[in-house]
Amino acid sequence: MSDSQTYALASIFGPGRDEMIGYVPHAAALGMKVIETGPRFAVLMLPYQEHLVGDPLRKVIFGGVITTLIDQACGIAVACSLETMRAIATVDLRVDYLRAAKPGCDLYARAECYRTTRSVAFVRVVAYEHEVGDPFASCLGTFMLGAHAFGSAFDRVVEAPVQGEKS
Amino acid sequence: MSRVLAAIPYAGFLGVTIDRTEDGFVCVLPFKPDLVGNPRLPAIHGGVLGAFLELTATLRLIDESGVARLPKPINFAVDYLRSAGPATTRARANIFKLGRRIAVVHVVAWQESPEKPVVSGVGKFLLSGADK
Repeated sequence: MSDSQTYALASIFGPGRDEMIGYVPHAAALGMKVIETGPRFAVLMLPYQEHLVGDPLRKVIFGGVITTLIDQACGIAVACSLETMRAIATVDLRVDYLRAAKPGCDLYARAECYRTTRSVAFVRVVAYEHEVGDPFASCLGTFMLGAHAFGSAFDRVVEAPVQGEKS
Repeated sequence: MSRVLAAIPYAGFLGVTIDRTEDGFVCVLPFKPDLVGNPRLPAIHGGVLGAFLELTATLRLIDESGVARLPKPINFAVDYLRSAGPATTRARANIFKLGRRIAVVHVVAWQESPEKPVVSGVGKFLLSGADK
């Protein structure tokens, strides 16, 4: 990918664009926020909430919730890597839990879409409380582009040509 | 097992319940609108499905080992096989290897029938006390 690549969502790159996940009911239910987006990357935040705890003794957020934050961050990072908007579907995710997330802390995930082909996007993610260099989880994810014919919900966010394809 | 489930706040948030079967149990995730990730299809959020698999694997390990402390996940890999529509999702976990320190658990979830899985996963867990 050259620096001259154009991005469908370039007009809304920058800090605090929650409309990028505003159409996702589960992201809203979790109170997720879009901290920043840019070419091929996205940073999302999940506020600490007692009802997301998985280990009541340690007050640690359930690991699977981190998967949700990561999956959502991946989806936005993939969207931010596309020249024209297309449907995005998760193919696989593999999350490494490097340590327990600290209780009481908001959780962040920074996803980078480091490669896209015609049909597949590859993403790496780190999740952290304070510093991107001190992550509690990391992840590799694979996404299918144009996996279904219904277009992308992103065209509610930005007017861009939608290229739906049948799988 | 229901007591363990009740002690996990996130399980209550998702609304997960347990169905006992002859050979163990399946976990049940009833559909509700705020689980949706893609409203166009509509489809349940991929993260919810991953979390549901991980929860099922965790409960299966607790059921098998009888330990009170939760096993710690080392990593979890999820394959998304087809989109999960607005319907009840069920998951069954199978302990592939129960070692002294690490357990490997395979999980599969389906909606219409077990022959048409929507998502599958493999989790590796550090067993309680193994890191001492």
